[in-house]
Amino acid sequence: MPRRKGAPEVNAGSMADIAFLLLIFFLVTTTIETDAGLDRMLPPIEPPEQDVVIKQKNIFTVNINRNGQLLVEDNLMEIKDLREAASAFLENGADGSCTYCKGRKDPSSSDNPSKAIISLKNDRETKYSTYITVQNELVGAYNDLRNREAQRLYGTDFTTMESKYLDPETPSNVRDDLKDKVKRIQDMFPQKLSEAETTTD
Amino acid sequence: MSTASLPDIVFMLLFFFMTVTTMKDSSLMVANTLPNASEIKKLEKKDRVIYIYVGTPTQEYQKVFGSEPRIQLNDKFANVDEVGSYILAERAKKPQELQNVLTTALKVDKEANMGLITDIKQQLREVNALKVNYTTYEGDAFNNLQ
Repeated sequence: MPRRKGAPEVNAGSMADIAFLLLIFFLVTTTIETDAGLDRMLPPIEPPEQDVVIKQKNIFTVNINRNGQLLVEDNLMEIKDLREAASAFLENGADGSCTYCKGRKDPSSSDNPSKAIISLKNDRETKYSTYITVQNELVGAYNDLRNREAQRLYGTDFTTMESKYLDPETPSNVRDDLKDKVKRIQDMFPQKLSEAETTTD
Repeated sequence: MSTASLPDIVFMLLFFFMTVTTMKDSSLMVANTLPNASEIKKLEKKDRVIYIYVGTPTQEYQKVFGSEPRIQLNDKFANVDEVGSYILAERAKKPQELQNVLTTALKVDKEANMGLITDIKQQLREVNALKVNYTTYEGDAFNNLQ
């Protein structure tokens, strides 16, 4: 019987390839998960230089009490009706300067979308989840209107356009193109959602 | 040329990445069931985000910190008046060019009351951290009401 010459050779040539493959797989898949939520801007603490007088009819007041009930423009309202009421207020267009609005042009409601302000107030005992639902509905009202206009002008939803614009993986030439479109739609229905105490004369 | 050690090197790299790219998340000391919302935006660019957690302390901390919702900053409980200085401290840690574009992510338990949130918002306004993100899960917002 012939003597064995050491241990038998194992072909390990493909080992590196396998390991590289695994390495690349992990590099690609282990992205840290991104959070999502409602973006809001808080009002600055310094009051504006001169007091801006806002007509009462341009303010849409939403009050949430401690039991999670809504008082919208001094009337009790279910949260599910809020989105529609807010949209109707925003695109009312009483002064006729808003050509794309489909509102009822009710003279006792907002003049045009750039003047319309939604004022949100809450009680200290209000539950956070209720507050978020109301916020969601108000942002939703803006998004509905913006989507409608984006569909009319560009044939796509505003929200998809915006998320594509904000996505860092979108190529920059596409982003530049989207920037103007997003800006235009945002200017049509500027988001004026105030959480500060708004006082009127 | 011998490439026999190549697999070992690559495996070492592999293990390095497997261990390092795990989620770096400060351990939660508060209950943190976020509410649902549908009109959400993704929070891109993690390096521009400062997190504030709010919720009821978990079981093991309840003896010390009670069962009322509390604020967690990094790895410790904090009072409302510490939020401002925390934001300033976190902001100072960030590179100069990012300091003006920071977002504060509020990860608030759905059972919390708005009183605490209002106080936090007031603190944020005082240090001029105006961009906030109410972090939520994606879902139907009306599920919150049940």
